[in-house]
Amino acid sequence: MMDLAKVRADFPIFQKERPLVYLDSAATSQRPVQVIEAVSEFYRKKNANVHRGIYSLAAEATELYEEARAKVAGLIGAAPEEVVFTHGTTEALNLAAFSLGELLVGRGDEILVTAMEHHANLIPWQLLAKRKAARLVPVGITPEGELDLGELARRISPRTKIVALVHVSNVLGTINPVAEVAELARRVGAKLVVDAAQSAPHMPLDVRELGADLLTFSGHKMLGPTGIGVLWARGELLSEMPPFLVGGEMIREVWLDHATWADPPAKFEAGTPPFAQAVGLGAAVDYLSSLGMEKVRQHDLALTAKALEGLLSRDYVTVYGPKDPERRGGVIAFNLRGIHPHDVATLLDQEGIAIRAGHHCAQPLHRLLDIPASCRVSFYLYNSMEEVDLFLSALDRVWEALR
Amino acid sequence: MIPYEEVILEHWRNPRNKGRLPAPDVDVVEANPLCGDVIRLQLEVRDGRVKDVRFDGRGCAISQAAASLLTEMIKGKTIPDLKGFSDQELLTALGGVVKTRLSCALLPLRALKKALSSL
Ligand SMILES: Cc1ncc(COP(=O)(O)O)c(C=O)c1O
Repeated sequence: MMDLAKVRADFPIFQKERPLVYLDSAATSQRPVQVIEAVSEFYRKKNANVHRGIYSLAAEATELYEEARAKVAGLIGAAPEEVVFTHGTTEALNLAAFSLGELLVGRGDEILVTAMEHHANLIPWQLLAKRKAARLVPVGITPEGELDLGELARRISPRTKIVALVHVSNVLGTINPVAEVAELARRVGAKLVVDAAQSAPHMPLDVRELGADLLTFSGHKMLGPTGIGVLWARGELLSEMPPFLVGGEMIREVWLDHATWADPPAKFEAGTPPFAQAVGLGAAVDYLSSLGMEKVRQHDLALTAKALEGLLSRDYVTVYGPKDPERRGGVIAFNLRGIHPHDVATLLDQEGIAIRAGHHCAQPLHRLLDIPASCRVSFYLYNSMEEVDLFLSALDRVWEALR
Repeated sequence: MIPYEEVILEHWRNPRNKGRLPAPDVDVVEANPLCGDVIRLQLEVRDGRVKDVRFDGRGCAISQAAASLLTEMIKGKTIPDLKGFSDQELLTALGGVVKTRLSCALLPLRALKKALSSL
């Protein structure tokens, strides 16, 4: 078990006078003092642009930046040179769509997406399909809110060049069978792009075991700073992929009329990278690793199981996604009968309980569920069982007030 | 828990002027795609005045209550009066609205402005 009191004491935001019950970590996590201090210390003592200066301060900053890359690589079982720093998942997925698109996709080719994608793992593929006169092929979900693997197996074909799949849905919470999809993709020679924004922060993750070809996530959802994200891709693939953003830092040689590229990961890191944020992310990875990702997962799971049980036992609540907590990340979307999610969120906010209400950047999924919006709670390593109880009893009061 | 202001709860539970007009002079729909709130507003105008008004819609309590309240506030008013109708007037009548929900409260007013500009 984790020492929750000790963990909570690391997070200054929970030391405010008015207690905060923060149930929106799927949107962004809170940060421990270790991360805040790492960023602050960097700016105070180590700040210089990376990969540029000859002077020792710049060399030190560069070393810290590369150390952070190695830490992230260690967390996901990758080699450091396979880890590209971006400004977030969204940029990483745009990079993936542009670059893989140039490399692999032509007229009449197909790109598989699912109905449960975040807009960040949907719209880049829509635009790619349009640009290349390719076809976007959507795969649906089962009534239980899981990926329809049978449909995916039927729709995948040698025309499929890319499969884009979210690892853990930020609405349904569903943990998708990435390894099985990877096997299907491998058989037809398609590349599998995995959006791990909701999984990398919350569970042990090994890119080789998953069998993905590319994988993306954001620092700010895993205790790190905003403005930093990660694109991982298999080394061979990364070497073949053309650059996305171009400019300084990512070149080998430049003439007036053409240029050649540096090796990955530099090839994909044009311009001044978010180096202070990378150092902060490194500190976040240290924090997570010291707790152990398996412990983090078990903690999320216990909270999710309790919240799920409480929600499912209330007849005025509809829960979306799998009923078995083991099949979910720490995310639960739900609605109260006849009550708009915004009203639920506003009333809970009066009791200091922060939940999300809206479409959570997944409009196609909400259309499929035939709801305009939903409420969402999501948990992380600093949440407690008592907070789940507080949330559930406050929910009863919302229902009484508005029914 | 302090639920919404009584005026909001009351209008939400018992909406005024909800439904459709048989022959409206203006008929507009305004929506907030972020949360799915939709307001349809219909006006019947005679001699420069709002003779009758109906709204229809779905969404959160604040947007629906604000629409209901707005229909009461504008009935019988002249068009120039309505052109000067301010956000604050509606917010005050609602008893105040938390800042995270202003776009819900003001959705019906956006519908009204749209209606006026198409007259
Ligand atoms: C599943 C999923 N994909 C992508 C994103 C986008 O991440 P970011 O906004 O950090 O780029 C999010 C977070 O909002 C997410 O939950």
